[in-house]
Amino acid sequence: MDDPVMLDCRGVWKLYGPAPAQFLKAHGGAPDAGALARAGMIGAVRDVNARIRAGECFVIMGLSGSGKSTLLRCMARLIEPTAGEILFEGRDLLAMPERELIALRRRKMGMVFQHFALLPHLTVLQNVAFPLDVQGIERSKREARAREMIALVGLEGREDCFPRELSGGQQQRVGIARSLAVEPELWFLDEPFSALDPLIRREMQDEFLRLQSMLKKTIVFITHDFDEAIRLADRIAVMKDGAIVQTATPEELVLNPATDYVAEFTRHIPRAKVLRLRTIMEPDTGGAVAGELPADLTVAEAAARIEAAALPFRLIEAGRPVGIVGRQAVIDVLVGRGKP
Amino acid sequence: MSGRLGRWLRGPRLFWIALFALTWALSTWSFPLYKALGARWIIRYPKAWELPLEGWLSAAMKWLVEEASFGLFTFRDLTRAIAALIEAPYRLVRAALIDGFSTGYGQQAEQWAPPLSWLAVIFIVVAIARYAQGWRLAALVGGCFLYLAVFGQWESAMVTLASVLIAVPIGVAGGLALGIAAFRAPWFERALRPLLDLMQTVPVFAYLVPILFLFGFGPVSALVATVIYAMPPMVRVTTVALQSVPHEVTDAGRMMGCTRRQMLWKVLVPSAMPTLMVGVNQVIMLSLNMVIIASMIGAGGLGFDVLAALRRLDIGGGIEAGLAIVVMAIALDRLSQAFATRQAGAPLVAQGVLRRHPWLVTVILVVLGTGLVGLFFPPVQSYPESATITTSAFWAGAIEWINVNFFDTLERIKTFLLTWLMLPIKRFFTGIPWAWGIAAMGLAGWKLGGWRLGLPAALLTGFIAASGLWGKAMVTVYLCGTSVLIASLIGIPLGIWAGQSERANAVIGAIIDTLQTLPSFVYLIPVVMLFRVGDFSAMIAVVLYALAPAVRYAAHGLRSIDAQMIEAGKVAGCTRRQLLWRIKLPLATPALLLGLNQTIMLALSMLVITALVGTRDLGQEVYIALTKANTGQGIIAGLSVAFIAIAADRIISALARHARHRLGLEA
Repeated sequence: MDDPVMLDCRGVWKLYGPAPAQFLKAHGGAPDAGALARAGMIGAVRDVNARIRAGECFVIMGLSGSGKSTLLRCMARLIEPTAGEILFEGRDLLAMPERELIALRRRKMGMVFQHFALLPHLTVLQNVAFPLDVQGIERSKREARAREMIALVGLEGREDCFPRELSGGQQQRVGIARSLAVEPELWFLDEPFSALDPLIRREMQDEFLRLQSMLKKTIVFITHDFDEAIRLADRIAVMKDGAIVQTATPEELVLNPATDYVAEFTRHIPRAKVLRLRTIMEPDTGGAVAGELPADLTVAEAAARIEAAALPFRLIEAGRPVGIVGRQAVIDVLVGRGKP
Repeated sequence: MSGRLGRWLRGPRLFWIALFALTWALSTWSFPLYKALGARWIIRYPKAWELPLEGWLSAAMKWLVEEASFGLFTFRDLTRAIAALIEAPYRLVRAALIDGFSTGYGQQAEQWAPPLSWLAVIFIVVAIARYAQGWRLAALVGGCFLYLAVFGQWESAMVTLASVLIAVPIGVAGGLALGIAAFRAPWFERALRPLLDLMQTVPVFAYLVPILFLFGFGPVSALVATVIYAMPPMVRVTTVALQSVPHEVTDAGRMMGCTRRQMLWKVLVPSAMPTLMVGVNQVIMLSLNMVIIASMIGAGGLGFDVLAALRRLDIGGGIEAGLAIVVMAIALDRLSQAFATRQAGAPLVAQGVLRRHPWLVTVILVVLGTGLVGLFFPPVQSYPESATITTSAFWAGAIEWINVNFFDTLERIKTFLLTWLMLPIKRFFTGIPWAWGIAAMGLAGWKLGGWRLGLPAALLTGFIAASGLWGKAMVTVYLCGTSVLIASLIGIPLGIWAGQSERANAVIGAIIDTLQTLPSFVYLIPVVMLFRVGDFSAMIAVVLYALAPAVRYAAHGLRSIDAQMIEAGKVAGCTRRQLLWRIKLPLATPALLLGLNQTIMLALSMLVITALVGTRDLGQEVYIALTKANTGQGIIAGLSVAFIAIAADRIISALARHARHRLGLEA
């Protein structure tokens, strides 16, 4: 029942240093960290495998210098990887000639940048319409489309402002509107909210979730903020020193961190926010219930209702009952008692 | 005590002191040494060893002009084609501003449309200023141009303006093209950089001669020289501006599927526009500067008026024309700066030509209106001669008054400085035997940057000796050194003051800005009036011209010190004096050195111009070559000046690098 793979990265490497391709070949295509250090090479991306499925929000999480931005740029072929394969809908992105690549980016990809990357000499409207302008779409058409996008991100009335006249949050809304103007299938977001104040960041995350629930894009989202990753991701890839340490759903990540490094991030995450009812349910014995709940709600989302009821709730997944959850199980999670 | 002295003398300090002491000793006793040993080569570079570069260059030039051919067309044809390309628009602009449009030639010429009336020109610049910034600038620029009309400088000023109007677009377009090429191809940038260094350091007079050969005496030669002189900064600014467009923005452009061309013209160039406009401003100012100098090879205009007045010793006339240049420079500078900082307003959506372009429409109406009225009422067409004011007599009187009342004082200052400062320095430099000069430059370079710096420094110096110009080069070094010393003594304290006080900064900054706007030529006028010709006048003019960077960099250096450092000093209990000497000045050393570097560059470029007031240095050599139209001589002397500049630049940059390294500002 898995969705088709949209972007498939196989054994992607990006090394910086003298003659990186030869170096990689000399070490059988897989040098270890020691060999890299001895040769004075920097392994920005090391043997990354990632399959991004259509319609999912794939978050790449890592601290600064972990290579996440380089990996994203390899995926968009803004940077040429040293080795590896990247398939976009089954076509080899790295072998694609310039013209095809341009056509692909024009129609199927969109990208949002950390520092917004708006063009300072264009108004909000012109900025949002710019990708369409580049494609040679006539003015009235592209501006109509741009107005739609501006309305979508809630910036009506600001069309004729210049970027410098907007706040950071508003500028990023313009960046988002611009990246969506061509209706991309694959949406790259490179730390889009990192340059914003915490309060605005929260607001923009909500905005992002709202947009994603409407648009259902395939998303690759970069962040250094684990809470943000937990909040937005369908799946998270944790990166360290250029390699992916673990790829999993937020829930799995919290429950079974693959390494101490991952565990370090997950330790302070309230489990109620990631655990889904499905994970803590008990077999349905057919007893009396207080009501029905979707099985994929998080414990935190359902806690108030379950605690308030004397009877357990029946969980529904894909239209069928799968189990029940009672007050005790929820309280255990909330106070952090017992195994998950 | 001796232990302290010993410690103080250790290491690099000992090297520099020893180098200086040895140079001083050799300089002082070179003449007795030559007498004692009977070795004339010690003080004179042997004629037999001189490279006949001059002859080669002149012959090459002759071959180029008379014989060189590319098969289908000769080199001559090429230069003629370029000349025609430049001449056509120049004629057009001249017609619009001065001559009027006419058909037929010579006696049969029949004017069918007058040039723009003076009212129309003023209205146009006012409208542009209003568009670029606002009414205040419009008033300033309008006032400047009105001054030109009222003081009877209109015609000359329009000739100068016509040259600038042609040179600037060519310079900007060429600079932009080269800058873009350098941005795209790193190898091209590496190849271009030394060429740009040369273009900026070879004195302009030096390439006037070959240009004269190629393009003949007249405005086209002047324009070509102007473009060569004004273009390099645009190339550099373009490359830097494009390189400093944030990576995210270029990434965004690529992700939106821009082609290379779209990337350049829709993303990179517009994003870099504010910085590019700084380059345009530089091109305008340098063009104006050069147009004045180029008046010597037939550009005419204000520069020619100044030169003619200087030759006639017509004090009043010279000052008047000089002031007109100043006024024009200020107007053009402010106008182009306004464009650099202009922020576009919201796009107008109103319909109709009149609503959208109210100014354009008004300008056209004024141009046509004054043209028509001018046919019947001449004062509207050209400012009536009877209404011009001349201050010539006033200036002549003022200078005379100063000379009568302060002659003794001025003379005493001049004699004092000449005797106690300039002559000893001159004796020191001109006494240095050429062989030791080469060795000393090599050693200094080696000490600072290894053989990679030492060898070129020695070679550059060697070239000068081998061209038989050692004596004149040393006079140049002495004049430059003295001027830079005095400029630094005045400029650095001013800069320190400006760097520490907002109010001082506002006043000093405004003065320095204005000084920098003035074409180099202008400085000669008052100096010659007060001190007559000679080394001293040259020195004063150079100091005035080269003062700006010393002040600027010192002020900037003090300002850009990390505020935490100063707070740390205050918390540690430093007095204001300790704060300045122990913290601010050491940290500002790299900036001070860069300022020194720039001061030297400006001093050298001004020195060549001061050859007009009778110095006996390389500048004079270049100037003589110009009057004799001797290509080889001019280029060799020009290259010698350039090599002094380049050697000084490299050595001081190395010093600055050392200083930054020592301060931990750079790895």
